[in-house]
Amino acid sequence: MKKFIKLDALVVPLDRSNVDTDAIIPKQFLKSIKRSGFGPNAFDEWRYLDHGEPDMDNSKRPLNPNFVLNQARYQGAQILLARENFGCGSSREHAPWALEDYGFRAIIAPSFADIFFNNCFKNGLLPIKLDAEKVDALFRAVEAHEGYRLAIDLEKQAITTPDGQVYPFAIDAFRKHCLLNGLDDIGLTLQHVDEIAAFEKRHLAAQPWL
Amino acid sequence: MGEQTLYDKLWNSHLVRQDEDGTALIYIDRQLVHEVTSPQAFEGLRLAGRRPWRTASMLAVPDHNVPTTHRSAGIADPISRIQVETLDANCVEFGVTEFKMNDIRQGIVHVIGPEQGATLPGMTVVCGDSHTSTHGAFAALAHGIGTSEVEHVMATQCLVAKKSRAMEVRIEGELAHGVTAKDIALAVIGKIGTAGGTGYAIEFTGSAVRALSMEARMTLCNMAIEAGARAGMVAADETTFAYLKGRPFAPQGEMWDRAVEQWRNLKSDQGAVFDAVVVLDAASIRPQVTWGTSPEMVVAIDGFVPDPALMSADKREGVERALAYMGLKANTPITEIAIDKVFIGSCTNARIEDMRAAAAVARGKKIAPNVKQALVVPGSGLVKRQAEQEGLDRIFMDAGFEWRDPGCSMCLAMNDDKLSAGERCASTSNRNFEGRQGQGGRTHLVSPEMAAAAAIAGHFVDVSKL
Repeated sequence: MKKFIKLDALVVPLDRSNVDTDAIIPKQFLKSIKRSGFGPNAFDEWRYLDHGEPDMDNSKRPLNPNFVLNQARYQGAQILLARENFGCGSSREHAPWALEDYGFRAIIAPSFADIFFNNCFKNGLLPIKLDAEKVDALFRAVEAHEGYRLAIDLEKQAITTPDGQVYPFAIDAFRKHCLLNGLDDIGLTLQHVDEIAAFEKRHLAAQPWL
Repeated sequence: MGEQTLYDKLWNSHLVRQDEDGTALIYIDRQLVHEVTSPQAFEGLRLAGRRPWRTASMLAVPDHNVPTTHRSAGIADPISRIQVETLDANCVEFGVTEFKMNDIRQGIVHVIGPEQGATLPGMTVVCGDSHTSTHGAFAALAHGIGTSEVEHVMATQCLVAKKSRAMEVRIEGELAHGVTAKDIALAVIGKIGTAGGTGYAIEFTGSAVRALSMEARMTLCNMAIEAGARAGMVAADETTFAYLKGRPFAPQGEMWDRAVEQWRNLKSDQGAVFDAVVVLDAASIRPQVTWGTSPEMVVAIDGFVPDPALMSADKREGVERALAYMGLKANTPITEIAIDKVFIGSCTNARIEDMRAAAAVARGKKIAPNVKQALVVPGSGLVKRQAEQEGLDRIFMDAGFEWRDPGCSMCLAMNDDKLSAGERCASTSNRNFEGRQGQGGRTHLVSPEMAAAAAIAGHFVDVSKL
C-alpha cells in the first residue's frame, strides 16, 4: 500500500449528499478481475454524456461539461471535498480503487458510510471527517478561489488552508500507523498467528458444529 | 460484565485480541464468496504465496453475473464469463466449496447461505457484499466487507474491526393486512434516514419482529445496510431453530441439541442498554413505495410525491434533482404513477414466501398492457424448484410474467436484465440509486405483493385494500 504522510494538493468540490458507490463506479466496470484501471470510469454516468462499457476507449468519449471533475480549474485535483454519507451503498472496493486510480489521495466530508470508510484505508486513501460547518466553509472557499489547495499533514492530524487556518482531524491510531508506514494489514495480523490458532482451538472445541 | 446486548455477546465471543485504541481482531466463522468481489482477493493470496486459513469456513457461488435465461448455453457476455470462470478456477485451486452456475443449489449468496444452513446462530459471517447483513436474522454478527478484507479473512480467519455502537429498533404490535417486512424496513429507513444507522449494529426487537418468519426477518436485516448500519440482527428463538433443523450444513442429532442449548442465549439480556433506541408502531405502518433516488425517499402508498417548494433550502436541491431524475411531479398521488417494468427478485425478496405472496396477487390475472416486462427471478435453484412444485411458475406465466433462473439479475443489472433510460420499474430489490437497474432507469422499491399488484394494474395500488 502507498504511504500517506503529507499532501499539498488542489481540491475539487462534489456538492451532493449521499453519493453512493454505484455512482462512484457503475456496475458494468465491476466485471474486471483486476484492482487497477478503474480511474477513467470513476463517476462514469456523471462524467460522460454517453453510456460507458468496459471495453471502450474512454479518451474518445464525450465529456459532460457540467460535471465538476471535467472543469479545467479542477484538473489534477487530489483532494475530493464531499457532502454527508459519502460512499453509501454497495461494499465494492472498486469505489476507492477508482478514486485512487483517478488520482485522489484524500476525501474530506462530514460523514462517510462505514464500509467505504474502511475500504479507503486499505488503499492509501485518507478519508477525513470534519464538522459540517467546516466542510461548508471549505466548499465556499474552493468555489470562490480558483486553484484552491489544502495541505494535509497526517502525522499532525491537521489540514491547513491557504490563509493559514488549521483544521485538526481525528483518526484511529492503528489506521494512522498503517497509512504513515504503508503497512499491509495481513502481515500485521499474521504476527498474532499463535493467538488466532489458540482462540480457534477453544472456539471450535466449544462449538464443534462450526 | 452486567447485562449484554445480543451484539455484545456476538462481539465478545469472537474477540481474539484487542489493542488499547479499541482495534480488535474478530474471528470469522463463515465467509461467503461471490465472483465480483473475490478475484482480486484470491490473486492477492497467490501473489503472497498464501493459502486460505480454513477453507471449511468458505462457501462460494456465482450470482451477480449469471444470466437468468438459456443457462445451459453458458454466459454470452465474455467479460461476465471470465469473471465466473475465474471464481470456478480459484475455488478449484484453493479447495473452496462452490455451487456452480448450473448446480440446483446455486443462487443469490444471501439466499443460499441460510437455505443450506451454512448461516447459523452465534456465527460471525462476512462476504464481499453489503447485503451480508441479511444473515443477522439468525442471531449472527454478519456484515459486508471490501475485497482487501476478503483477502484478509481468507489469509487469517480474522477481521480487523472496531466495535460499533448498538441500536435497538423496536417494532411492537401487529402488522396490518398487506404490510410486510419490506414495508417495515422502508418505514425504518424513512424514519432514521440512510445514514441513521451509520456506526451502529442494529438489533430488531419487539412483538412484530418476533412474529415474523425467518424469511421475513432476512428481508428486514437485509435492508439494515440501507439505513447505514453494516449489521442488522434478530435474537434466536423457536422460529430460528425450526427453520434450520435438518438443513444440509446445520448440525444433526445430538450435536443439534447441544447447539440449540447454546443458541437459546443469543438474545439481549433483560435490561441491556443500547446506545440508541428507535420505536415504531407496527399497526401504523402502511405499504411503502420509494419515490426518489435514495431508499429514505419513501412514502406510504396513500401518500404523494413530496413538494420541494415546501422544504428547507438544504433539502430542496436534492429532492428537486431526485424528482427530475425520476421524471415525477410534486404532489402526484403515488397510486397514479404508471410503471413500465416489474422486477420480483433479489437478496431482499426472492425466497419462497416472496414468490408465494406475489403469486397470490397475480393468480388468475393478467399484467397491464402498459407493462412491457415483468420478471420473476427466484433466489436460488431450490426456491425455483419448490415454486414449480407448488405451481407458482404457471400462475406467473399465465399472468404474463417471465419465470427466470436464479441470480441477482435486475437488482443491479450486471447481467442482461436491465432497465433502459427513462423506464420506470416497480422493484422488490433494495436500492433505487440513479442507474442502479440500468443507466437512466427509474426504480421504485416495494414489497413483492405491491410489485405484483402494480404489474396487474399498471400503476401502484394499495395491496392492503385488495
